[in-house]
Amino acid sequence: MIDTCQFFKIIKMRKDKILMIIGSLLLLLLFVFPLWKITLLAPQYPEPLGLNIHITHLSDGNQFNDVNNIDLLNHYIGMAHLPTKINVNKGVVEPFKEFVIIPIVVIILSILGIIFGFIGKRKLYATWLGLLAISGIVGMYDFYNWLYIYGHDLNPNAILKITDKVTGEMMAYQPPIFGFKQMLNFQVYSYPSTGVYFIVAAFLFACLAFYLNFKKKEKI
Amino acid sequence: MKSIFAFLTVAVFLVSCNPAPTSSKSSKGALTGNAAEKVYVAPGQYDEFYAFISGGFSGQLAVYGLPSGRLFRVIPVFSQDPEKGYGYNEETKPMLNTSHGFVPWGDSHHPDISQTNGELDGRWVFINENNTPRIARISLETFETEEIIEIPNSAGNHSSSFVTENSEYVVAGTRFGVPIPQRDMPISEYKGNFKASLSFIKINQESGNMNIAFQLRMPGFDYDLSHPGRGKSHGWFFFSMYNTEEAHSLLEVNASQNDKDFIAAVNWKKIEEYIKAGKGHKEKVKYAHNTWNDDTHTATSKMENEVLVVNPQDVPGAIYFLPTPKSPHGCDVDPTGEYIIGNGKLAAAMTVHSFTKMQKAIADKAFDGDKYGIPIIKFEAVNYGTLEQPGLGPLHTEFDTRGNAYTTFFISSEVVKWNVKDLKVIDRHPVYYSVGHLMIPGGNSRKPFDKYLVAMNKITKDRYLPTGPEVCQSAQLFDISGDKMELLLDFPTIGEPHYAAGIPAKMIMDKSQKIYKLEDNKHPDAVKTEADTKVVRKGNEVHIYMSMIRSHFSPDNIEGVKVGDKVFFHVTNLEQDYDVPHGFAMIGAQTAEMLIMPGRTATSVWEPKEVGVWPFYCTDFCSALHQEMQGYVRVSAKGAKTPIKYTLDDEVPGEEEE
Repeated sequence: MIDTCQFFKIIKMRKDKILMIIGSLLLLLLFVFPLWKITLLAPQYPEPLGLNIHITHLSDGNQFNDVNNIDLLNHYIGMAHLPTKINVNKGVVEPFKEFVIIPIVVIILSILGIIFGFIGKRKLYATWLGLLAISGIVGMYDFYNWLYIYGHDLNPNAILKITDKVTGEMMAYQPPIFGFKQMLNFQVYSYPSTGVYFIVAAFLFACLAFYLNFKKKEKI
Repeated sequence: MKSIFAFLTVAVFLVSCNPAPTSSKSSKGALTGNAAEKVYVAPGQYDEFYAFISGGFSGQLAVYGLPSGRLFRVIPVFSQDPEKGYGYNEETKPMLNTSHGFVPWGDSHHPDISQTNGELDGRWVFINENNTPRIARISLETFETEEIIEIPNSAGNHSSSFVTENSEYVVAGTRFGVPIPQRDMPISEYKGNFKASLSFIKINQESGNMNIAFQLRMPGFDYDLSHPGRGKSHGWFFFSMYNTEEAHSLLEVNASQNDKDFIAAVNWKKIEEYIKAGKGHKEKVKYAHNTWNDDTHTATSKMENEVLVVNPQDVPGAIYFLPTPKSPHGCDVDPTGEYIIGNGKLAAAMTVHSFTKMQKAIADKAFDGDKYGIPIIKFEAVNYGTLEQPGLGPLHTEFDTRGNAYTTFFISSEVVKWNVKDLKVIDRHPVYYSVGHLMIPGGNSRKPFDKYLVAMNKITKDRYLPTGPEVCQSAQLFDISGDKMELLLDFPTIGEPHYAAGIPAKMIMDKSQKIYKLEDNKHPDAVKTEADTKVVRKGNEVHIYMSMIRSHFSPDNIEGVKVGDKVFFHVTNLEQDYDVPHGFAMIGAQTAEMLIMPGRTATSVWEPKEVGVWPFYCTDFCSALHQEMQGYVRVSAKGAKTPIKYTLDDEVPGEEEE
């Protein structure tokens, strides 16, 4: 802690400002680390397949070519192709708009946060926290929506067509947004990944900045 | 019942040649209760060791697990393998090319794993082909044969393919004396005219590529086995030999007359210096050098035409003969490099030579004349001692880390454990029956992993359920961790198991390749996506560039092929997932099926002879839709006007959908 205090003294900047700026910068790490990870385990896949969801693309979660291998398996149940570069180039799937929109939102949030940090006003911190929270909620809703679409919008010519015993309707394969679900031979696990922890950290940094700023005002 | 049992026990005593076994073993090597536990590898668990056991006259190399004795894979090396397409498809056919043309089979003998500092390093395993002299190198990442080099001026490539302490060389010696160069001459003029070769093959430490550095032109004796010096004797190689009588007929009698034959001690470092000075002479020869390019996964065969020959007489101090009774078979060097063991197969004794004594004898010139200019060291001057009457017909010896040797006795059908320094027998155990080689993982290195011993037997008789006159080949696993050897397991093997090489599984299992990356596939006829698949006619050749992925071929409907065409199926497996090979089989194909690994391309030739619509399919159960993985080739009459047409789901692959 002493080191940190000394650091603050050296750069001669208010703690709340620094925290706000660092918090905003943390968001940029979303360009490096995945947001979410879906893991698929099956008898034939003792070493599970992994799907990393980034704000810009999908990546192999565990081993080389996991994304393409999951995509390949999906065709048995008639699931739509994943929005990978290869599939978009082939024209078998529309490019994923979120891979463009979310990065812009992240950059805007980050820049706004830095500016707010330099200005150092409590109200601005609160505004930023609000914007981040709204973005997060909208993002999660959008994610859920896509999982629903992928799980329900199945090719009627699918190779495996299994009907639900209860409803008599074609079985849906909506992956869980959080937690575990058994889908045919696959155990599907879905959990936040490193990126989400950075968002949470950014949120906490901004909260702390708000709190420190609040205390400073009281002192005066 | 009891009396029969007792009788059998007595019978075993009676038929065991002298001396009688020191410990009483129950008939048929009945096991103690916990032997089953010791070899039981629970479902899903891994074996502790890999064992690479030669496939003998199958020409292949088989991979087993120890202690379970389970067979994992047969690596095709010197023989065609229709199951994998090896030696049948266009890519692998050049691997079996020789100076005699295409040779579809081989007789594989002695696998040996590469070493660094005298210890196993798990890079490659080498194995020799006895019949048409060749040495192969197999990758321990892909478990595929990567290189085969033919040995010129050689016949019966038996005292091979053992590596030096740092894998500087792999050696190849001849079992037959032959006229060199080959020529038309009377067989009866063998003596003094027939010669033999000991070849030192340099190994490139990066690529593993082999090149014959030099050949020693030796007297026409029969060079049987060999082993490298290690530690203090590094730089030397020891070759056993028989038929120093130079008999050319009825060798079983005529080559068994001399009381002592020799072990040749070759100072290869001295020969290296000689060569470095620009000496030795080049001879015109012809031998095939076949290499596998991993990028194009295609073999090429190059005919080499020159070899550097060194006459031992020209390099004083390079070769000495160590007198060794009687037609020694195995020639084994202990982990310290001090003791050189001659397994005189017709003697009832083991001869132990001392490297230290040998050096002193050379310094003192304690010679007993020479043979063809090669000095013979006096027996007493090199001999450390003799283990008298350990059994009958010693063939091979391996070592543990505790100063003990384990020797196989073919005639008395047993393995004998003895202390090298004390020259005393510690334990003996019968084998079923007539054991040849034995193997302790790392037993031919400075660092044996001395937990198990595998005895490889020549006769099986009543050990397994009978299968007609030809019964299975067999190996037996012993636990050698204690004072007494304990027989744990019998397991059948392919071909005739000659030598084997074992290595702890953890040294190689993690680098075992899972898939080949499609992006690294540089095969000229590969397709990287379904959109690239096509059919092209070039004269009477039809080239089908086909892809396979779960679970269909692209294209799967092909028309425009005619009787008399030569059809090339260039098939690429687009999978990039572990353990998803696809197979390819075409009705009436006179080549073989092909098993194609993820990311690889292979080419099968088919020459349709009849008009019709002929099916092809995937032979490897690849997915739930494997049975649907099939297609058709329409074959029209010679001269028909049917145009080339190829589709998948009634669309031309790669064409934009309307």
